[in-house]
Amino acid sequence: MSHDDQGQAHVHVVPALVLLRVWGALLALTFVTVAVTWVNLGPLSVPVAIGIATVKAILVALFFMHLKYDRPFNAVVLVASIFFVILFLGLALLDTLHYRDDLIPGYAPGIAAPAAETVAPAGDAAPAPGAPAPGH
Amino acid sequence: MARHSTHLAHHFDNATQQFESSKLGMWLFLATEILLFGGLFVAYTVYRANHPEIFVYAHHFLDKTLGGINTLVLICSSLTMALAVRAAQLGQRQRTVTLLAVTLLCAFAFLGIKYVEYKAKWEHGLLWGRHYQPALHDASAGAHQVPVLPAAPPQAAGDGSEASLIAPAAPAPVGLAPQATAPAPPAGKHEPPADLAAPKNVHIFFGIYFAMTGLHGIHVLAGMIAITWILRRARRGEFGPEYYTPVDLVGLYWHLVDLIWIYLFPLLYLIK
Repeated sequence: MSHDDQGQAHVHVVPALVLLRVWGALLALTFVTVAVTWVNLGPLSVPVAIGIATVKAILVALFFMHLKYDRPFNAVVLVASIFFVILFLGLALLDTLHYRDDLIPGYAPGIAAPAAETVAPAGDAAPAPGAPAPGH
Repeated sequence: MARHSTHLAHHFDNATQQFESSKLGMWLFLATEILLFGGLFVAYTVYRANHPEIFVYAHHFLDKTLGGINTLVLICSSLTMALAVRAAQLGQRQRTVTLLAVTLLCAFAFLGIKYVEYKAKWEHGLLWGRHYQPALHDASAGAHQVPVLPAAPPQAAGDGSEASLIAPAAPAPVGLAPQATAPAPPAGKHEPPADLAAPKNVHIFFGIYFAMTGLHGIHVLAGMIAITWILRRARRGEFGPEYYTPVDLVGLYWHLVDLIWIYLFPLLYLIK
């Protein structure tokens, strides 16, 4: 690299056909994201949705955001920020997932249903969810 | 250095170094943006892990069709933005201006559709916190909209007073509401199925929904201001193969806005 080059020596112009193909792939993957909700994937539905979104995000980052053609340090910045978000998420979940679901009775009925049933008959202090409270 | 480009600041060796420095700076800014949204994604994940029933119930209120159309609109605007950067690199002035204008139009379309969605939420009382009052706003919705609260948790000694810190979801006369014989209302297009009982604290979903889509909407607005700025500069013919840094950096920002929505759409609208 000469010391006095004035123009942008390393301009990489992405071919229009590549951009159009990426666009087509993004549209197709959006359709797939919607289509997978028509079938019941059970516990896999969230990982599948995140996976498809991540494939779309990688396509956008590599081609629309030129990371494929850039110096790799820009990609390092992006990956580092995502790493720290995942770290944040992981540590928060480590904490929040390790409380007993029925610590506050009736507070998390969606996941604490079996536990609540075993607790409810144990004493008068815990009426079944939905029963009229004495106070009303 | 014999010649000196008008765009080259004196503390850079050459245009390439200046361009790559600008781009690295933009990527660092985008990293802070990802961390900013990261906090909201963590809030989403923690609440969804603890209260999946709220998300399953409340996502029925969102309009999947409008959300999907908005996803397509943003993807198309990303394509026109990438093509605009390409046109600027090639020195195609008129083409750059046209493509930036189309990108701006897509941004207007996105916000217009978002306005329609927000307006419907507002009219039905599907808002955050205390403002989540679907029963008061939607007279036609019928009894299933009256939150059937589980009995108040007992305040035993040592139980902790955490529950008492949480305000009631809605001031409805809970004790009087018929519980087993709720009549099935005419199923609206964007309502939960009638046999799905309303869980507690549905307002949490709408708090997260409005925080995430609202912050994203603010970013769309900021992107529109930035696109307008480079559109005016492109019209004046300021960009060409030698200097197109602003177009490239605004393009990066716009693609990030698209990228965030790529995650928001399935996470908020397509809950199973």
